[in-house]
Parts: sequence; C-alpha cells; structure tokens
Amino acid sequence: MAVQILKEKYAQPVRAFKLGNTAEEGGTRGYSLTVGGEGTLPFQHYEGENPNKPIVAMEVNSNKQLDWKDTLVDAIGKDVVADPAKWAQFNKEAGADAIYLKLDSADPDKGGDSPEACAQIAKDVLAAVDLPLIVAGSGNATVDEEVLMAVAEATKGEGLLLGFAETEHYKALVAACLGNGHGIIARSPLDINICKQLNILIGEMNMPMERIVIDPLVSSVGYGIEYAYSIMERGRIGALTGDKTLAMPLIATVGFEAWRQKEAWGTTEEYAEWGEQSQRGPAWEATTAAACLQGGVDILCMRHPDAVKTIKHQIDALMTK
Amino acid sequence: MGLTGLAIFKQLPKKNCKECGVATCMAFAMALAAGKASLDACPYVTDEAKEALDSAAAPPIKTVKVGVGEKEVVLGDETVLFRHDKTFFHPTGLGFLVDDNDAELDAKIDNIDGLQFDRVGQHYVVEFVTLNNASGDAAAFAAAAEKAAAKKAVILKADDPAVLSAALDKIAAEKPLIYAATADNYEAITEVAKKYEVPMAVYAEGLDALEDLVNKIVALGYKELVIDPGSRQTAQVLADMTQIRRLAVKKTFRPFGYPTITFTSEEDALDEAIQAVAYVAKYCSIVVMKNAIKGYVLPILSWRQNVFTDPQKPVAVEPKLMEIGAVTPDSPLYITTNFSLSYYSVEGEVEASRIPSYIIPIDTDGTSVLTSWAAGKFGGEQIAAAMKANDMDSKLNHKDVIIPGFVAVIAAKLKDETGWNVIVGPKEASGISGFAKANFA
Repeated sequence: MAVQILKEKYAQPVRAFKLGNTAEEGGTRGYSLTVGGEGTLPFQHYEGENPNKPIVAMEVNSNKQLDWKDTLVDAIGKDVVADPAKWAQFNKEAGADAIYLKLDSADPDKGGDSPEACAQIAKDVLAAVDLPLIVAGSGNATVDEEVLMAVAEATKGEGLLLGFAETEHYKALVAACLGNGHGIIARSPLDINICKQLNILIGEMNMPMERIVIDPLVSSVGYGIEYAYSIMERGRIGALTGDKTLAMPLIATVGFEAWRQKEAWGTTEEYAEWGEQSQRGPAWEATTAAACLQGGVDILCMRHPDAVKTIKHQIDALMTK
Repeated sequence: MGLTGLAIFKQLPKKNCKECGVATCMAFAMALAAGKASLDACPYVTDEAKEALDSAAAPPIKTVKVGVGEKEVVLGDETVLFRHDKTFFHPTGLGFLVDDNDAELDAKIDNIDGLQFDRVGQHYVVEFVTLNNASGDAAAFAAAAEKAAAKKAVILKADDPAVLSAALDKIAAEKPLIYAATADNYEAITEVAKKYEVPMAVYAEGLDALEDLVNKIVALGYKELVIDPGSRQTAQVLADMTQIRRLAVKKTFRPFGYPTITFTSEEDALDEAIQAVAYVAKYCSIVVMKNAIKGYVLPILSWRQNVFTDPQKPVAVEPKLMEIGAVTPDSPLYITTNFSLSYYSVEGEVEASRIPSYIIPIDTDGTSVLTSWAAGKFGGEQIAAAMKANDMDSKLNHKDVIIPGFVAVIAAKLKDETGWNVIVGPKEASGISGFAKANFA
C-alpha cells in the first residue's frame, strides 16, 4: 500500500529577483543571479517548483578602522581587508556567488568617506570582480541617504541590490534605485506587519514588487534567532497562501550577526569548555546560515571562507531533487 | 485531543443524566473536546465507546522514552508543524556513533559524555551513545554496552537478535533504544524488544515500506517505536521527516505517529554539523552523528535550544544583581530587563568592554525594554525598588546608574526616586562596549 503523500496547494510562488546585469542586459557582470521564486516551503521539492538556489554574498567592508576580530581577519588576510578590490577578489576565489559591500566607511566614526568616495569604492569592486553586487550603507542615517544615492547613480545599469530601506527613511533610496535600475532591500525589525507596510509604501512609489528583497533582521544562533526563524516561516506561509506584500525573496546578514557573539570569536584559552575557536567560529556562522536556509532565506551575507564553503555544500545538497 | 465534540458525542450514552456535572451529553462532549473534562466523569459510557474514544484521542505522535532517571530522554508527542503555532515540546536528542570494538572505546565514550556546555545560564548536554556492533560479537557488544550505559542513554545498533539480547541482559534496566527492526528481522527483533521492554527503532527504505513495516509490528502488539524512513541525503531526509510529521499531525496517520531517527551522512565534521542543524529544525527526534567535536556541537545545541523555546513564554533570567568580572565599589551599574535576550545582549557587551560592572535585570516578567516600559513594568519606581532591594547605596562608592537609551524618558522619575545621577546609555546593546570605554575606561 502506498502512503498518500500530503502535498500543500499554494496560491502563488514567491517572486523572483534578478541580481546583476551582464553586457547584454546593460551591465558588466559576468553573470546575473535569480533568487526566490519558491513554490513550496523550503526545499520541499516534491510539492512544487524551487527554481533558484539560495546564494552566498560575501562581505567586503570599507571600514577604515575595521573592528572585526583577529581570528576572522586572519582567515581573510590583513592586507586583503585593507583593500576592497583585493577583498572582492578573495571572496570570489572563496566561492562567493555575489559580493556584499558594506560601506561602513561612510560613517564619520569609521572613516567618513564622502558619497563620491563611496561610489568609487563600489566602482572599484565592480572593476575587480565580475560578480553581482549588493551594497549597504553604514547604518548612520544622516549620511547614508546621499551615499547610496551616489552609489546608485555611479553604478547605473549594473542591477545592484541596495539597502537598507526602513520605514523612517526609504523614499530617497527608492527613488535612487528606481531611476538607476537597482533592486532595494526593505528592512523591518522582526515584525511582519511593518514588513508588509514597508513593502506597500515602496510599491506605492512605483517600484515593481519584483525588485524588493526583504531583510527580516535576523539575529545569531543562540541569541534569539528563533524569533526571526518564526517570522520567516510565517512570512513564507503568508506569501505562498496569497499575500502579495510578503511574496519577496529574503536576505540575511548572517556574518554580521554571528561574529558579534563571543561563541564565535572567544578564544580557546578563555572559553576552553566551548571547544576550539578555530572550529567554533566558522561553525557558529554556518549554523546561523543553515538555520536561515530552513527559514527560507535566499541571500546569505557571510564572512568566513570556511563557513561559506560548508554552507555552499549544504545548499547543493538541499537543492538535490 | 484530535476529536470534534460531535464525534465524541456520538459515542456517549446520550442520557443527559447530568451526573457528570454538565447539563447535557452534548455539552459534556464539547468540554471533552476542549480538554476541559475527563471521560471518567461519565458513569454510563460503555467500555467499547471508552476504548474507541481513548485510541482516537491519543496524541498524534506517541511519546517514547529512552533511558532512565537523569539520563531519560523523552521523544515525540509533538502537535504542530511550526513552532509559532504552539511550541515544539521535546528537543531533538543527539547521539554519537562508537564501534564496540574501537580500541579507544572508553576515551570515546568519555569524550561524548564531555560534550557539555554552559552558556546563557543554561547547561547543554548530548543525549546518546550510539553503540555500533562492528565486532559482530555478542560478548564484546554487551561489555561495551555496559560502559556506554554508565555514562549516557544508549542506542544499541545491531542486526542480530542474539547480539542485542546479550547487551540487553546487561543493560535492559537502562532502557536503551534498540536499532533496528527491518523487513528481514522484525519478528525476532520485536520479540527481543517485548521481552526486555525496551523501545525499538523501525528501519525501512522509503515511506511506503515504513508504513508497511510499522503496521506489521503494531499487529504483533508492540508500539514503543521510533521510526527511520531510511533516507540519508539531506533534502530527502527533510522531505521524509516533513511528510511523517504532516501526516501524523494533520491526518492522524497512525503508522507515522512515532518519534523519528536519522543518521547524518556528511563526512566532513563541519558539513555534518550543519546537516544536523537542518535536521533539528525539521522534525527529527533523534540525530545520530559521527564526529563528537565540541566546537561543532555547541552551535547545534544552541540552535536546538532556540528552536525548542516556547514562543509564547519569554525566557527570563533571575532578577538579581549580577557581577560581571572582578567588580569593585567603583564599578559601573547597568539596568536592563530580565528578558533573557535583553539581559544576555547587555551582559555580552559589558563583558566585551572588559570593564568589570554590575547589571540589575529588573523583573519585567521576561519582557523586553520597550515592551515592559509600555506595560508599566519598567519605570523609575521598579528600578528604584530593585536598587534598594540590592542595597546599591551601600555597595557602591558612586551614585551613577545607567539605563537603556530607549527609556530615556524615565530618567527624571528614577532620579527623584533614588537621588542617583541617571546616565542614559545607548539604545542598542551593541553600543555598550564603546559607551563603556568612552566613559569608564
């Protein structure tokens, strides 16, 4: 007797987002990447289409006083992290599908780069590697608007993904993305209603919904990731059952969250009972990423090459039908 | 559980005798369906109806216990597919494989037992030694089983009923899980499980074969089962585990109403660890791994703790004065809430500042800073009371207290209540380290 497999019937798939433009598409990228488009809960291939695999965008941070822990910097190289172009090349060799350029140097406390200087960094990264590019501001709202505007204009036609749009300030970024052919990251702090509202507000400015990617603001494993996990599961169920304001791909700043925690960077000497830091660090980041994949994340922004290697291996396994 | 009031009503005597304390049989049926009454209250229900109702009302996934005493692991009895629908009840048990003829058997068992961690006020352990009968020898297996059972709950992995019996002669009282009954040996293995009264894993390749085999074993009268659909490829395991959970919970499909077990297939230790992470998220009751390495197991256990946290019950820390580092009467004093996420974020950053400090987590019933402030649980009065209760006036040489930036509005009230100088700290915990260095270094 055969078991009657229980397949869910869904109203719609998640929208797909295309990151990066090749020469034929008006840019200079070696390839473009499509993410999202899922027709099922994560990796339940037997009940629908999951046409695109999740991708890893490795971080390049422009912060002149980079405050990353030595253990993480050493895995990349001190000379590498001092030069965004070199760093981008390193990331490509480490298996990155895309680059996540975090323009922390725009913050007056982290270098105070002008909007023009920031735009130049983005162009340098584009020149260094042919990977699709994601760019995020410094987090300092007073400078980010102009910085992202300058980046959007300087990279017109490349099909970037720019962030972060938040409910208090999104209009300038939406305008910059709209006018220059970029996608936008809509960030909402662990709240499904704010997430929907922000997507609607962005849509009202005539931004096509398929150019929005949701950042639900995940946290690290061990530090409340279960809240983000449940928000993502609820959001995906909402999207599949017909809520158009939730049917966008997800992005998560995994590396940033994981490496803030002492479980990742605490030395073996100081935290011997937690095991070897050289294993624990990449594992903490990879575990956070693996949890995000089960929650339905499409774009993982990551840092450590070992964590990236293992998560890419898992993504291939998860996409095996 | 699982039955509608109407379905229950059909089985009741329909006398409306009121002896159960409810006006009508229908009302009693509704109360039963809501879990607010017990069938025992009805003096006239027939034995047949009682049995029918009991078995229909059995939970969708059976509870199975492995191990005894402190080593007991409770598996199954889950009722939802998503933790946001209610909660997940019984955390995935982690087991680690050891061969019974391993020259370093003792050291490996000790190593598995040593996978213990303290973090965020919790103690994490792994549950099982999974003893593999690599020797093919009954006496060696039994001797190794005794060693394993001295430290952990045990999964006995062997095909031969005689080998399993030899081990069970020694450790049946420890209630190990035997692995596994298959299509080839199920009758003999089920006999062993029955004889020694131990739970038994059922292994079949694919869901169809698994249903078939479970039904055969249940027909033999044994239900202390843990089921293994045989898949080992990551996506296939997730698909099978999802189907087992869905069919059990949504369709009350009895053949799949048991806890589950799987084995990792990845060889590289980090690949293996995050394979286990996926299995913890998606419905495996037991995951058996090969590499017992602390640095890889800590993140798995942290994730497990997250997934199995009750979403409706905030995790709180004890609202008492906390000392971070070698504090002195000159150390700074921080205030936060006793919501564990708030507290441990603050604690982590204070620790990172490397400036010994005091923290008082105010009792806000485990709610966060803004939520508790909005609910009137985190204001000048409550903080003043906690400072007084902890006798801060005499403990410290200074009179500076730091409050979270999000509740700057309570500063004046707190100053009035205590006479202390109130410093408004950063809004986010991530700002504390920089704030501390700028102000107290």
